[in-house]
Amino acid sequence: MKKIEAIIQPFKLEPVKEALKSIGIDGMTITEVRGHGRQKGHKEVYRGQEYNVDLLPKVKVELVVTDARLNEILSTLTTAARTGKIGDGKVFVYDVAEAIRIRNDDRGEAAL
Amino acid sequence: MKVWTLLVFSVAAMAQTPQSVDAKLAALDTAVKSAQSAGDNAWMLTSAALVLLMTGPGLALFYSGLVRRKNVLGTMMHSFILMAVITVLWALVGYSLVFAEGSPFIGDLRYVFLRGVGIAPNPDYAATIPQETYMIYQLMFAIITPGLIAGAFAERMKFSGMLLFTVLWALIVYFPMAHMVWGKGGFLNAALGGRFPCFDFAGGTVVHITSGVSALICALYLGKRTGYPQEPMKPHSLVLSVIGACLLWIGWFGFNAGSAVAASGLATSAFVATHFGAAAAALGWIFVEWIRTGKPSVLGAISGAVAGLVAITPASGFVEPFPALLIGFLAGIVCYFMVTLVKAKFGYDDSLDAFGVHGAGGTLGAILTGIFATNAINDSFKDASGKTLPLGWVDGHPGQIINQLIGTAIAWGLAIVGTLVILKICDAVTGVRVTKDQEIEGLDLSQHGEEGYFFEA
Repeated sequence: MKKIEAIIQPFKLEPVKEALKSIGIDGMTITEVRGHGRQKGHKEVYRGQEYNVDLLPKVKVELVVTDARLNEILSTLTTAARTGKIGDGKVFVYDVAEAIRIRNDDRGEAAL
Repeated sequence: MKVWTLLVFSVAAMAQTPQSVDAKLAALDTAVKSAQSAGDNAWMLTSAALVLLMTGPGLALFYSGLVRRKNVLGTMMHSFILMAVITVLWALVGYSLVFAEGSPFIGDLRYVFLRGVGIAPNPDYAATIPQETYMIYQLMFAIITPGLIAGAFAERMKFSGMLLFTVLWALIVYFPMAHMVWGKGGFLNAALGGRFPCFDFAGGTVVHITSGVSALICALYLGKRTGYPQEPMKPHSLVLSVIGACLLWIGWFGFNAGSAVAASGLATSAFVATHFGAAAAALGWIFVEWIRTGKPSVLGAISGAVAGLVAITPASGFVEPFPALLIGFLAGIVCYFMVTLVKAKFGYDDSLDAFGVHGAGGTLGAILTGIFATNAINDSFKDASGKTLPLGWVDGHPGQIINQLIGTAIAWGLAIVGTLVILKICDAVTGVRVTKDQEIEGLDLSQHGEEGYFFEA
């Protein structure tokens, strides 16, 4: 099992959800986050007081998938989230030791 | 309206026979007066409500949008609670200390508990409306003035200290200043025999210089907000501020045009000058901002409009429409530099720029009134022979600028000394500043036990 953690542009959340749904992936968890990589922020000025806003709003999408479907899901996700400009975000993949469905105690891939 | 009432009354009078010509004339006279009183009273009650609109939603929204989210309720309360506190104080002693004839510096106690303030007009101030209307109208000015100071101590003033400060400030600074400029026999009263007649139609010295300069003293005395200026302290909702500024603009028509104390041509003139001043100032501010930072901000446009309203306040009712545009435009530019360059240079934390807008704009407006006041707009000042007197420099009376400077200097002096003394007293009795922990937690939770925004509910 692998956990995919994708940090994407907020306006790309809907396209990513739709694309994953079209290949049969329904479950995911999302969080509103702030961050930046190479993307520069912007300057705001309030009555002459300048603020450099470099942590920009992003959405973090987390989902755990079977090893067999990993590559297919990754390419669907990155294609849907891509604009080709700086700021599109990043995807990280982790090994998952165990998964448990709380309702009936299913374990492993059966719990996904 | 008047003609209609006259006709009805005449017909009614004719029906009663027999009647002498004298009796008919007396009846007509009463009818005319009653019609004028109805019109004036309607406008003055409307104006009173408009001025309260400036504090309740207007200032409360304008200021609370500029603070951080954790202080939104505390900041609104700084405006709202004045609607209660000052009202009680005004009924007890305030109206008397301002408008009773007394010394040149403070009124006597003849109207305490509003004794004798009823339906009958007080001809010294307003011959056509009930004195009670005049009383409630003037109360609304006393309410908003200390509210303006809150812009300087926002986000760090202790609520108990703020309450005590407000009461003492009204007693020691506002009531004497208002008496000097507007009270019968006041030292600076232009209409009722003051030693130095200072033109202040609607409160440039009384309201804006006193509050703005006191604000600076508060900012200096309390010190900077924790983390200022390193930590970001962005306005949490400029949407609230835009709505607040628009309500201020609308309410200001009651403030300035109502100061004619009649539904008269003078009220129209003040209304027009007020509107023109605000419009030109919004443009002045964003033009200079656009040139200097590359972007015309919404906060700049609304701040400019308020600066223009401040500056035109003493001048409305004295100046023609085009000088009003000029006064507004200059106020927009001057106040922009006050809140950006001057504040940054001296490093005081006037959190919401009460001094930069009201102190600076009020001072500019008071002086420019001495230049542009003209008897073409306001012919109520006459010499002993009944000849209309020249008013400002444009009428060939440059000496008026000196009178304006004297009024301005007195307002500055009284505000500085009075506010320092009051802050010392408050510091000893209640304390003036919240603890650092309370400040970090925010005024909403630490002072009031509430949160302004609770999205999970």
